[in-house]
Amino acid sequence: MSWQNVLQFAALALLLAVTVPLLGRYIANVFGARADGSAPGDRFFNPIERVIYRIFGVDPKREQRWNVYAASMMAFTLLSLLSLYVLLRTQGSLPFNPTDRESLTPTGAFNAAVSFTTNTNWQWFSGEVSISHLTQMLGLAVQNFTSAAVGLAIVIALIRGITRSGSRNLGNFWVDLTRGIVRVLLPLALVGTVVLISQGVVQNFNGHTTATTIDATNTDADGNPATTQLIPGGPVASQEAIKELGTNGGGYYNANSSHPFENTNGFTDFMEIYMLLLIPLSLVVTFGCMVRDKRQSRLLIAVMAGILIVFAGVASLAEQNGNSKLTELQVDQSLSTTQSGGNMEGKEVRFGAAACGVFAASTTGTSTGAVNCMHDSFTAFGGMAPMLHMMLGEISPGGVGVGLSGVLIMALLSVFIAGLMVGRTPEYLGKKIQASEMKLVTLYILAMPFALLTFAAAAIVLRGATTYQAGPHGLSEVLYNYASTANNNGSAFAYQGTGTQWYTVSQGVSMLMGRFFTIIPVLAIGGSLAAKPKVPATSGTMPTHNPLFGFLLAGVIAIVAGLTFFPALALGPILEHLSL
Amino acid sequence: MRAFIRQLKPAIISVIVFTVLLGGVYPLVATAIGQVAFNDEANGSLIRRDGVVVGSELIGQTFTAPEYFHSRPSAAGAGYDGSASSGSNYGPQNPDFLAAVAERVAAYREENGLSGDVSVPVDAVTASASGLDPHISVANARLQAARVAQARGLTLAVVMGLIDDHTDGRSLGVLGEPGVNVVLLNLALDEQG
Repeated sequence: MSWQNVLQFAALALLLAVTVPLLGRYIANVFGARADGSAPGDRFFNPIERVIYRIFGVDPKREQRWNVYAASMMAFTLLSLLSLYVLLRTQGSLPFNPTDRESLTPTGAFNAAVSFTTNTNWQWFSGEVSISHLTQMLGLAVQNFTSAAVGLAIVIALIRGITRSGSRNLGNFWVDLTRGIVRVLLPLALVGTVVLISQGVVQNFNGHTTATTIDATNTDADGNPATTQLIPGGPVASQEAIKELGTNGGGYYNANSSHPFENTNGFTDFMEIYMLLLIPLSLVVTFGCMVRDKRQSRLLIAVMAGILIVFAGVASLAEQNGNSKLTELQVDQSLSTTQSGGNMEGKEVRFGAAACGVFAASTTGTSTGAVNCMHDSFTAFGGMAPMLHMMLGEISPGGVGVGLSGVLIMALLSVFIAGLMVGRTPEYLGKKIQASEMKLVTLYILAMPFALLTFAAAAIVLRGATTYQAGPHGLSEVLYNYASTANNNGSAFAYQGTGTQWYTVSQGVSMLMGRFFTIIPVLAIGGSLAAKPKVPATSGTMPTHNPLFGFLLAGVIAIVAGLTFFPALALGPILEHLSL
Repeated sequence: MRAFIRQLKPAIISVIVFTVLLGGVYPLVATAIGQVAFNDEANGSLIRRDGVVVGSELIGQTFTAPEYFHSRPSAAGAGYDGSASSGSNYGPQNPDFLAAVAERVAAYREENGLSGDVSVPVDAVTASASGLDPHISVANARLQAARVAQARGLTLAVVMGLIDDHTDGRSLGVLGEPGVNVVLLNLALDEQG
């Protein structure tokens, strides 16, 4: 890696270190951390929100129990899913479709609708080939906001469960959803959009512009002149900004954030990595503010950042190190003053190989799934890093809301294991963790591996003929793609054709399980904790803010994932590496 | 279930309200800002020569004639198809991929009159992620310079100078990697006459 690469990472860390505490505190105030419930910008936002609540017909002061909160969330998601499904099925006959995109098939539309409403943004299709501008705006972009706002609401409800005692209520879903969108996501997305447009990310309603190519001698495969090029259009920047900020990751175009119109230069690449890490990390600060113990959030951020840095480092070094098979073919992959080198298959010159590793780690640590390089073409270890990073459950720092709730679940498991060792009832932040919570924690932890391994195994055993590359890399493709759907990530080892009926349906179900079998237990845990009294800390209470707990937490995360996935990884990327 | 049914009304209304706000107002406002403040960028940084659109500064093109610098291999459609961005998605040990690279190495050497012991820059023989990469590495450009100079009857120094002029540095000096914009470089060559 060059010194500029190192400086680039340092600049990213610095920018995050400065802005994350500010945004984290702001979000905490938005969700009622101040004693009087006021928040910055109330004078501007309150009237808007009052109008919205009146249209919704909800009383913002009326709080909900966990099951009503969950029912509201499910009702909202179901309606979102339906509206997106209808849009995808009818886009062919709707306006704002300058490139004449046809309606999707029933299973294809099911998969896409589930994908965007669950914050996965898995795409079995190519954006520019399959989706009209209207669907991009009214369907996909809307879900980019709302699916992230749902995640945000869930974790706020969980935190309220931890901070309250003797209460049954976790807040009002409609209020949390609205405030998350109006006060957090929308303003940030507007700023991000303008920054991206200024750099050349396109924002228009054009169809294809036909250019006459510079080289007039070009021919196609049959020898006929081929001297035109179609240049795509679309409202891309507005989608790109929320795609990163909401940890969604669905590209406007097939090539996602490697497309020059989605990610123009080194600066936009830096901004996109920053935007996808910003809210998930800020929410940890929000947590610290709301539980009034900043040491807790510092510890969690340290664990998340530690894991993220390890994976970013491994992927960057593996990709910068290059592909030894190409060295045998006398291809120069070295870093020099005239080239950045590394494994450049599926990578852009303007980003270089090392930056791809950082993007890959960030996109899989946050459940985003945007890519600035093609993960399928990564080296064995370079590709295993993002895959394993997803398999940890995407808690470093995780998707908007769902990441923090995931790490809090792992913290509950850690205090439980520690409690077993010393024979005390485990506690977390003054709440006793008992059988009912641990059952829900177990359900949460089993949901993702079940949605991943069961379907991956079934795909291989039952559908051996579906397309993937030969050898261990083929297994990696199947594993990666179900890891992506089960974790609501959305990135892909994209050689494998996943537009078949089997894949669209099974991956749709995998996404639903990965989403709702995790966030419903989270709400139930929140409800259960809210009712419990706060136990004062004694000398026998295990502190959850010191390095010892940090290592315990990291260890539990690693062991759970290791026990679950090591056998599969051994036959995929590890075997691929050894067979070099 | 009763709770669920009671929440259906706000669910229906909220989906409509947010669709209007986030799917209508937000992209329209963004487009208005973009079209007014950054008209050129928002419309794809198009390049016009004599009023005809000849490409975009940001989207690579196929170049086959010897008097042009050649872009990287592309997996977008038949090559640099702006309506079908894509990488090859070949795994690192895929035999088809390795065979293609071996072929490209041989073709690159022959095209540029390089001897068999010259290593070929990696970007020259690998397909980009988007299939639309407008850049090549400086190393790649310099190895092609002699061929271009000869085909155009220019001195090597002039061509090397143009390469330097069209090398995009890192953003703010540290972000990203430098690269030579093939589209702009080739246009500049055409303007040399």
